[in-house]
Amino acid sequence: MKPRARQSLLTTEGMSRADVESIFVRARLHARGLETGRSVRALEGKVVANLFFEASTRTRLSFERAAKALGADVLNFTAQTSSVSKGETLLDTVRNVEAMGVSTLIIRHSASGAAYLASRHVQCAVVNAGDGTHGHPSQALLDAFTLHERWGALDGRTVAIVGDVLHSRVARSNLYCLLALGARVVFAGPPTLMPVGLEELGGRVAPSLDAALEEADAVMVLRVQGERQTAGYVPSVREYARLYGLTAERAAKLRPGVLVMHPGPVNRGVELAPEVADGPGNVILAQVSHGVAVRMAVLEACA
Amino acid sequence: MTAEGYLLRGGRVIDPRRSLDAVQDVLVRGGEVVSVSDRPLAADGARELDVSGLWVCPGFVDLHVHLREPGDEGKETILTGTRAAVAGGFTSVVAMPNTRPPNDSALVTRLVQERASAARLARVFPAGAISKGLLGEEMAELGELAAAGCVCFTDDGRPVMNAGLMRRVLQYARALGRPVMVHEEDLTLSAGGALTEGTWATRLGLMPIPRSAEVTMVARDLVLLEEVGGHLHVAHVSCAESVGLLRAAKARGLHVTAEAAPHHFTLTDEAVAGWNTDAKMAPPLRGAEDVAAVRLGLADGTLDAIATDHAPHGILDKHVPFAEAANGVVGLETALPLTLALVRSGVLTAARAVELLSSGPAAAFGLPGGHLAPGAPADLTVINPSAEWTVDPHRFQSKSRNTPFAGMRMVGQVVHTFVGGRPVWFEGALGKESS
Repeated sequence: MKPRARQSLLTTEGMSRADVESIFVRARLHARGLETGRSVRALEGKVVANLFFEASTRTRLSFERAAKALGADVLNFTAQTSSVSKGETLLDTVRNVEAMGVSTLIIRHSASGAAYLASRHVQCAVVNAGDGTHGHPSQALLDAFTLHERWGALDGRTVAIVGDVLHSRVARSNLYCLLALGARVVFAGPPTLMPVGLEELGGRVAPSLDAALEEADAVMVLRVQGERQTAGYVPSVREYARLYGLTAERAAKLRPGVLVMHPGPVNRGVELAPEVADGPGNVILAQVSHGVAVRMAVLEACA
Repeated sequence: MTAEGYLLRGGRVIDPRRSLDAVQDVLVRGGEVVSVSDRPLAADGARELDVSGLWVCPGFVDLHVHLREPGDEGKETILTGTRAAVAGGFTSVVAMPNTRPPNDSALVTRLVQERASAARLARVFPAGAISKGLLGEEMAELGELAAAGCVCFTDDGRPVMNAGLMRRVLQYARALGRPVMVHEEDLTLSAGGALTEGTWATRLGLMPIPRSAEVTMVARDLVLLEEVGGHLHVAHVSCAESVGLLRAAKARGLHVTAEAAPHHFTLTDEAVAGWNTDAKMAPPLRGAEDVAAVRLGLADGTLDAIATDHAPHGILDKHVPFAEAANGVVGLETALPLTLALVRSGVLTAARAVELLSSGPAAAFGLPGGHLAPGAPADLTVINPSAEWTVDPHRFQSKSRNTPFAGMRMVGQVVHTFVGGRPVWFEGALGKESS
């Protein structure tokens, strides 16, 4: 994490292996604490605010669970961004909530850079819980943690990130995090949904989905964000499912032991066939439970 | 004081129109240049100013300025905007019509002219709208606008997406002897975009604007121009391919002129790092190859003018997430040093730099001024080409602070600006009679 006056987690870009691994060490401890019901009450007496300007259930619940397990009080704020003066609302809201004595703001917003912008106008710590199509660092950390717990190390492993990369904050945050841990990252998806410059950022674009799957040790299937974001980029969700979804046929061709991941919530039958979502190799629920432990480690570092 | 005039003694006089670049004396009186001479002139009652070591240039002309009045006086007014103009050495500016209401009628044109006359600073030449309400549908009353004094037609800020309308406007404006100025952006290509397509857009999670959004529209309009004639003026050229198309069109003899903005020949998309909304504008900052091509276009004559696209915005429009932020940067008060940087780096000669700021734009739109010869209006800009300063937006004359150059070291400063022989900017401050 970038050193700031108050430690914040805004992006995984620039995080070192040591930064990531120090989160993992604490996450492992917290995972055990959650199992035994004896968590470290590191945030006793502190107030953490969940500011969700964009709808999200699991990320908000995950952060809430993490903060409460650490003994913090949690304020929840959810608002759909209105069409007028969104930014004014954003900065006014964060300043007001900070003034209530909050030590950490957890921010989810539909605009890229929103958490960074907020962090420039408050003194308290800011955790980016997803900003537009830019980043979702806690998701990337929990994804990498999940792989790390399975494999022991990510060095030399290849992770395929497949789907709508253009609109995916998960893809971007994972790229940096996986590279920091020594993994290789290969992208695949509809050409209209592949942003330019992925190679310059350290990734590789596979010539086809099948080529990416062939070399993958783990497959991260990105969520199709719905008709709205893919409209105009692909002819239909139906065709997307056929050409770019992880169908049962494609899953059957994966090498044994290949892990299947998804940031959730899954559109069953679109990017992921139901039998694959529940099939061997899927670590989707492990991602969710690791999410709480990783977010505890993040909140501990950003309090 | 004005009655006796001014004698500018011993400056380096650069008048690109007649290839003059020499130490000379300049006498202005009665609103006109009276004499420019390599022999010492007698003051003859005029106030003498020692301008040795300084450059005496034709007053700068900015073809592309948003003064925001009427409608957005919180961001800029004609008074504050023309203060910024003279502080930056600009004696003439062309005021864009995207005000509220837009300048699509002679009523608004006259209001702009009246406010500019009352301000008594820079000359303000209104630009009239191409389409009613800037909606890109029906042609505005171009004849009435021209008669009221509009020097060009543009829907700037918005492209003319309708090719049929664009073709007819070129035809119609031709008869009125006015250029049609275009903001080239195919909205079906730029839709939803916030930054030029490239690694920075991908890193920052900003939806990309492909360069083809500009280039295809330049190509379209050059085809239309070749077919129907008229005068096309391409605003804020930002892409290498656009420069190439313009170069070829000029070689074929088409009547096309074009401008580039200082931010486009100085910065790349990297300036947006940290979602810096003060580096958000349309067209967006591009890549290094584009910056190089724009610079070359300025040097070789493909581009006729440096124009700032001065676009004031307040914090309500800029202290917001990047995708939601308004497009535009203020530019009047930083254009000179950014242009001189191209002289120091060997891209432009001193004479070409001055030409791009003065006689080039004046000639492109047929505006008065732009040269220093007896009988010409006494619009002069005296600069210190080596004065160093640091950009502090809070010291701008403009009402707005949205510059990507805050904190940057600049070399080159405006010392005096004369409009019609009056020192509206004098010794680095607003002239007494104009403050």
